[in-house]
Amino acid sequence: MNPLALELNAIYAILLREAKIYFREKERIIAVLVSPLLFLFVMGRGLAGHSPVPGTSYQQFIFPGILCMVILFTAITYGLYIIWDKRLDFLKEVLAAPISRAALFLGKSLGGMLGAVAEAFLLLVIGAAFILPLGPLQIMAALACSMLVAFLMAAIGLGIGARMKSMEGFGLVMSFLTWPMFFFGGALFDLNQSGRWLRLAAYLDPFTYCVDLMRRILLGWSVLPPALDLAALLVCAAAAAAWGVVSFGALQQTR
Amino acid sequence: MNEGRAAIQTFRLTKRFGDLVAVDGIDLIVPEGEVFALLGPNGAGKTTLISMLCTLVKPTSGTALVAGHDILAAGLQVRRNIGIVFQEPSVDDLLTGRENLSLHSMLYGVPRREIPGRIERMLETVGLSDRADDLVRAYSGGMRRRLEIARGLIHEPRILFLDEPTLGLDPASRRAVWGHIRDLKKRVGATVILTTHYMEEADDLSDQVAIIDRGRIVQLGTAGELKRKVGGDIVVLKADVGAEAFAGLDFVKEILRQDDTLRLTVPDAHLHLKAILDLCPAVSEVQVRRVTLDDVFLKFTGHQIRDEEGRDTIFERIAGSINAR
Repeated sequence: MNPLALELNAIYAILLREAKIYFREKERIIAVLVSPLLFLFVMGRGLAGHSPVPGTSYQQFIFPGILCMVILFTAITYGLYIIWDKRLDFLKEVLAAPISRAALFLGKSLGGMLGAVAEAFLLLVIGAAFILPLGPLQIMAALACSMLVAFLMAAIGLGIGARMKSMEGFGLVMSFLTWPMFFFGGALFDLNQSGRWLRLAAYLDPFTYCVDLMRRILLGWSVLPPALDLAALLVCAAAAAAWGVVSFGALQQTR
Repeated sequence: MNEGRAAIQTFRLTKRFGDLVAVDGIDLIVPEGEVFALLGPNGAGKTTLISMLCTLVKPTSGTALVAGHDILAAGLQVRRNIGIVFQEPSVDDLLTGRENLSLHSMLYGVPRREIPGRIERMLETVGLSDRADDLVRAYSGGMRRRLEIARGLIHEPRILFLDEPTLGLDPASRRAVWGHIRDLKKRVGATVILTTHYMEEADDLSDQVAIIDRGRIVQLGTAGELKRKVGGDIVVLKADVGAEAFAGLDFVKEILRQDDTLRLTVPDAHLHLKAILDLCPAVSEVQVRRVTLDDVFLKFTGHQIRDEEGRDTIFERIAGSINAR
């Protein structure tokens, strides 16, 4: 096989492994949906906040943001699990294989993406049934958007995970990266009606563009032009992937 | 075959971990098609040396050519030409045995339509056919090792690294693994580098043996050559006599006292045994045997290879250091 075919083959092999493992653990697939459902049905209904989108409830308004939240948490957590892999010996098998670190990184990112998109799909189905009516085209567009968001988040998680030594860092990343990204991203409020500093923080947060684009797809309403959201996401994803490949280049087995 | 070409050549290969020098400036040539044994106790630097050759660990200084490719500059090319069986099982717990072999074959670019056939054959060889579709999580230690060996062989590498391939295997499985290694050498002319602290393994399998101790290669040669360097036979005596009694016998090459026994190294016990026994007033036990690699190891490192054996776990090492106080 020529080198490129070998690399593509390897990416596919890793993706296949991640998919098999992911879909084998059905309990986890369900467990991941618990907190977004709490957000949607307890906070979304109970809080009964104001929706800036005419003709929608607060629950409908936060649905696209919660959908992105599922992807954010699933994909970043997946990426951080590489720390755990490093401590187990089977990462050696992949590190010793004749594939580039870029192929390993891409295989892993796509694997994480697949898992997160599967969760997003389940939530979309629940949302379409109980929260807001969605057409098939909307669902397809939402899934395409989910793929981009999931790839970005998996890449960030993998890049950080490849550089961290112990699972203790996991909690730090969750507290100082994942939760702030979620809250500043405007999943629960309207950026147009928030203060200047909050807005500035939001525009520095890649998650903002995820939520905004998803809202445009599902509610037909967004703060920024969708083309700008999409461009921002593509730039972020490319940067995260480049950074991730570099992080993987230095990856070694730890004890 | 490429007679005389080097499969592996190292140049002052060194690895330090803080103050510890795990591999200390090793220069080594392994000819193509040989089975080459690295023999030494735990902690001698065998695994570190192999990890560097497999491009899993970066050397502190020095470098090596593996299959003609530099381990620093061309890691990918090195990895295309090698297979590795690790000391600690690195099979994927969350997949089945068959899936492990399939993943590995894909990673190593085995042509897609050959994969199922090869998997069947390898499963058959290592005796795992009936458990192929169980998750590895449910495998015993011996089964994992056998799967790991199947995985290391399935892509038919030019150079195969085996790090303690039979550690923890029962004697029957061990013999089966030796059979595979010999077969691999014969069928595809693969070079095999194996680390072991079992003497029989080095003795039985290898064309050349390198004795490695504290990060250095202290002796190198065929098992026969190394044994000849020590001498022909060993006479072990339990007798009421001191080492000085034999000072007059010029055929005695070496005398070692261990507790209440004397070990005499002589070229040929048949010729000299009577002369030795004549000097002993009372003999309670006498044993004559051929030199083994154990004796070689003892002579060149000053300690027995079995010293470290059985202290593999961290707990036992801690217990050992407490007892030593």
